[in-house]
Order: sequence, then C-alpha cells, then structure tokens
Amino acid sequence: MTGGIGRPTVAVWKFASCDGCQLSLLSAEDELLTIAGEIEIAYFLEATREVKEGPYDISLVEGSITTPDDAERIRQVRDISTTLITIGACATAGGIQALRNFGDVEAFRSLVYARPEYVDTLADSTAIAEHVPVDLELRGCPIETSQLVEVINAILAGRKPVTPTHSVCVECKLRGNLCVAVAHGTPCLGPVTQAGCNARCPAFDRGCYGCFGPAESPNTPSLAAWLEEELALEHPDLVRLFRSFNADAPAFRRESRRHEPEEVAT
Amino acid sequence: MGAPAAQPKTRPVVLSEDGLARLLARLHHEGYEVIGPTVRDHAIVHGPLSEVDDLPRGWGDEQTPGHYRLVQREDDAYFGFAVGPSSAKRTLFPPRQPLWTAESRDDANFAIIEAERPERRLAFFGLRPCEVAAIAVQDRVLLHGIVEDEVYAANRADVLLVAVECGAPAATCFCRSMSTGPGMESGADLILTELLDGDHRFLVRAGTTTGEDLLEQLEHDEATEEDLDARKEVLASAAARLERRLDTTDIHGLLMGNLDHPRWDAIAERCLACANCTLVCPTCFCTTVEDRTDLAGTEATRERRWDSCFSLEFTHTGPASVRNSTRARYRQWLTHKLATWIDQFDTSGCVGCGRCITWCPVGIDLTEEVDMIRRTSEDNVAPWPMVPSPLQEG
Repeated sequence: MTGGIGRPTVAVWKFASCDGCQLSLLSAEDELLTIAGEIEIAYFLEATREVKEGPYDISLVEGSITTPDDAERIRQVRDISTTLITIGACATAGGIQALRNFGDVEAFRSLVYARPEYVDTLADSTAIAEHVPVDLELRGCPIETSQLVEVINAILAGRKPVTPTHSVCVECKLRGNLCVAVAHGTPCLGPVTQAGCNARCPAFDRGCYGCFGPAESPNTPSLAAWLEEELALEHPDLVRLFRSFNADAPAFRRESRRHEPEEVAT
Repeated sequence: MGAPAAQPKTRPVVLSEDGLARLLARLHHEGYEVIGPTVRDHAIVHGPLSEVDDLPRGWGDEQTPGHYRLVQREDDAYFGFAVGPSSAKRTLFPPRQPLWTAESRDDANFAIIEAERPERRLAFFGLRPCEVAAIAVQDRVLLHGIVEDEVYAANRADVLLVAVECGAPAATCFCRSMSTGPGMESGADLILTELLDGDHRFLVRAGTTTGEDLLEQLEHDEATEEDLDARKEVLASAAARLERRLDTTDIHGLLMGNLDHPRWDAIAERCLACANCTLVCPTCFCTTVEDRTDLAGTEATRERRWDSCFSLEFTHTGPASVRNSTRARYRQWLTHKLATWIDQFDTSGCVGCGRCITWCPVGIDLTEEVDMIRRTSEDNVAPWPMVPSPLQEG
C-alpha cells in the first residue's frame, strides 16, 4: 500500500466490461474534486485523453479476461502497478459474460458473426485474479461508489479499508430493512451474498440477486434447498438465480451446476 | 432496571379504549418520545407512536420457523400479535453508534471530540413481557456487568416501560420455558392486559411509583373481579397456545458436555452463518468498531456497529479467524446464549421470544436442536465445570 507517500498515481484499466464500474469513480460527485486533489489520475481514458507514463502506484482494473491479447495485457498492467485493485463483478468473477463458460463459445461465434474467423476469443471469461496476483477485490455490479472512495481513503491514510465480507443480511438488519425472504416469501440471495451495497434491493422490497457475489462462507446448498422446499422454486429458477452477474464465482457456479438437468451437467 | 423502585400501592384499574389514547397522549405531554409496535412493510415493527391509530389495530401475525406473515384479525385488538423482528435493542443499543471523531489541529496535534449523546425521555409502549425481560438481560450485561456501557447507560437513563401482557403468542414462542411470559408481575412501569371480552378495555397495574403517578392522572375505573378473571382467562388461553418448549434442566451441563456432539455438524449443514439470529435477538450485544478517515486526512471517526459471532472477522486474530467453521460459530452462539451466559451474568441469554427461529432464512429452531442433543446425549459425558462469574466474585 502507498499510505503516507503523498499523492499516489492512479491508473484505471478496462478489460471486458460495460464501463459502469469506472463510471462509479466519476459518479463520486461530492468527493470527486477532493479525490482529484489527493491522487494523481495518470491513466483514465474514460475521463481524460491525457496519459502519463507508468509505473503507477495504484491500478484499478475493470473487466474480465476474454481474449488472448487481454490475458497478455493484464500481465503488463500488473508489472507496472504497485497495488492492483480489481473493481466489479467482471474483474472479480468474470461478470455476466462468464455465462459463456456454461455454453459453447464456438457455436456462439459461428452463429452470431458473419466472419467468425475475425473474432479472436477465449473459451472462458475469467476473473483477473486467475491471471495475476490481486491486492484487493471490490465486488458488485457495479461497485458501490462509497466502497471505492473508502478504499482510496484507506490507501491515503495507510489503513485497512472497511469492506466487510459478511452477508447482505447484516446490512439489512443494521439498516432496519424488513426481511423480504421471511416476511414476504421473496427469493433472496442475501444470506449467501457479500455485503457492500447497503442492502439496496431489499430496501426496495426486492430480493437480493447476488451482484456482490458469494459472502465469506456461503452455504448455497442449504439456501437452495429452502427455496426449493418452502418457496417452491424449481431447478431452472435456481439455475437462473445463481447464474447471473457472478455466475462463475466458485460457490455460485457449483450451485447453479447442481440444479442443471443431468444430461447437460458436466 | 436500576435500583428496585418503591413498590406501588395502586390497585389494578381499567382503562377504556379512549383511556388508552389518553395514556399515550399523557406520555407525549410529559415529553416522552414514544416507541412501540406499528405496521410497516407488511410486518409489525417498532416505530414512533404519535397516536393510538399508529398501533397495529386489528392485525395479527403468523410465525413458523423461517416464516412471518401479517394477518388480519377478526377483532379490533390493538395488541393481537406476537413480537416482530425489532426489539428495544435497536433503540437502546443502536446498530450504528458514532463514538468519537479525531480532528487534526496542526501537524502534530489532534483533538478528540466525543460523539454527542442527545438527552431524551423514551417510553416503550406495548412491549411484551419477554421484551421487558430482554431489557433486563441487557441491563445485566451492559449496566451491571464488569464495565458499564456508556452508550447504553445514556439511552437507558430515562426510559419508561409500558408493557402489555401477551394474549397472542406465535408458534415460535417459548416464553414459558424461560419464565418470561405470557404474563408478568413486575419489571415495567405500567403493565396492561388487553381484554376483548365484552367492552374492549385494558386492565392496568402500576409496576413502579412512576407508573402509579401516571395512572393517577388518567380517568379510570377500579378493576372488578370480572376484569381480574378476564385477565386470568387471557393468560390461560395464551399459555395453552404456547406449545413450544425448551427444556432447560441442567442445560449448562448438557451443552458444555456435548461440545463434540455430531448434531453440531448437522446444524452446520443447514446454517447460513448469515447472522440474522444474532441481529434479531433482543439480548445479543456483540459489536465491532469501524474507523474511517476523510480524504483530506484531517479527520478520523470511530463508529461502533452490531457484529455477530457468525461473522468470520469477529474472531479474526493474527493471520486467521479462530472460529473458521460454521459449526464452531453456531456452537459458540448457542452455548453462550443458553449456557456460558449464565457463568458470566447469572442469567440465561435467552428470553424465549422465538425471533431467532422465525427470522432464520432456513428456519433453524434452537429448541429443536437442544432437544436433539438432549435425546442423543451420551450419559457419561464429562460435565464442563461452571466457571465462577467475575460478577459474583466482585
């Protein structure tokens, strides 16, 4: 970490992603000017064409690895970064595009593109940590702006960031949300999903859909069994529930696989 | 509660429905911020009460393990429900509590500014006997323990308790096993019993001289024998519906003598370690602190927030979490709640309210788990010694 060294240089990198997580930094409206004063934005194409040469103190990496070129590029980013922080579900778990990991990429390519041979892609969409060492992962689809600001704050102060890995349920209870699972019978991934969003969806009467990925000790088989027995979810429902933005996060991947029809399961 | 209040002399009285409204108005008039049950988001939770219409009149609840539904009652009962997910803990021992801020004054110095603790008069209106019992447990832990908790003490300083005996226990309740309900004789300033036979009315007994003074200012009737009989009927009927049991016979020896019981593994298969049970529990008091700094590096704040023995970070010491399995964490919670709490505080940590059963997202039921351990316990287990409480020694 760069605590105490003054004004760290920061680079923001994009891999396979929608740019939403990078935008979260620009969305930090109240803090943005202060942040810009405390850190030196050295490489952030979404915000400015001005580029300063590396190496960089901090690299924020958005997106997953889906092409051979990107698999090489992330290694270069790692080489020129003191601290590498991945931001968002794509970078930490492969993102929604990791749905390809459950299908046949060759079939997609030949069906979707007129000239499939122009498309150079990997079979899987994978998390950054599967390619290079990562110092800190920020979850979410997209990340929570306040968590990113907290991490920048912590780096500047040379302290550990407050980014708990417990369940979303803890945030619901702290906030005083009513439990939509128990009181409304709404399927909710909160008990197996990592906190960080301040329980946004349950606060609006919606079940958690797991965009922050698996919590620290996710007992997905038990939750899935309850959803099946008590809330009458069927196997295809369970596959869809666990297979979204964090489809390839190991705990969610295993759980969705468990509910696939047997002849397709691998 | 602090020092035992002088015993009131007032005989039971009866308030009409209007009398209930006047009691609430009286509390507001005396400057109390009144908190009590109210309907929000299809559940009965604690919230501010401005008038009796804020009470869940005509509403009841249906509770089973992992299941809660608000249901319309066939009568106009104001208190025809069991406890909801919130408790007095949320107000007296808040989920998030700023402790202090450090502000830098110049390069070398900083000032510590204690968080403000606003003075207020609080009245809880409509607490169940089990909820009053839970406050007594938190008092034991946070006021009369080894260290007095300043935040709790400040919040607890001027609190009035208006309890309502329970006529509508849920299927998850087991207060009789913990001797905390459905009726109560003392522990609150006023103890009400809602009577729905004949005229809708409330039998009221003063539990303290404060309660007695309040009653004297309200128009009321002396209670008749019929009123007293009606109360007995309410409690007998509630007791008859309280089917769930927790056998507490030598529960300390039972649990501490079965630390390696295979049942803990079976529970861990189901437990989500999501922490809901501890957060809805009206007596669980574990917290952590979070330190934050501002971007300019001139201000740091420390905030206390509810934590749980179910989180990994809770026992993170050195390189890892000491209780790194869900089995270890559930066992810690249950043995503390029902057994080692007695070592520490001379009381069980459980009041039998059943919140942990209802609000567990997969319906884990501690009464069933204790029963399973009891029924399959080997007789020759070595009993865990009772640890002398530092409170007793002091």
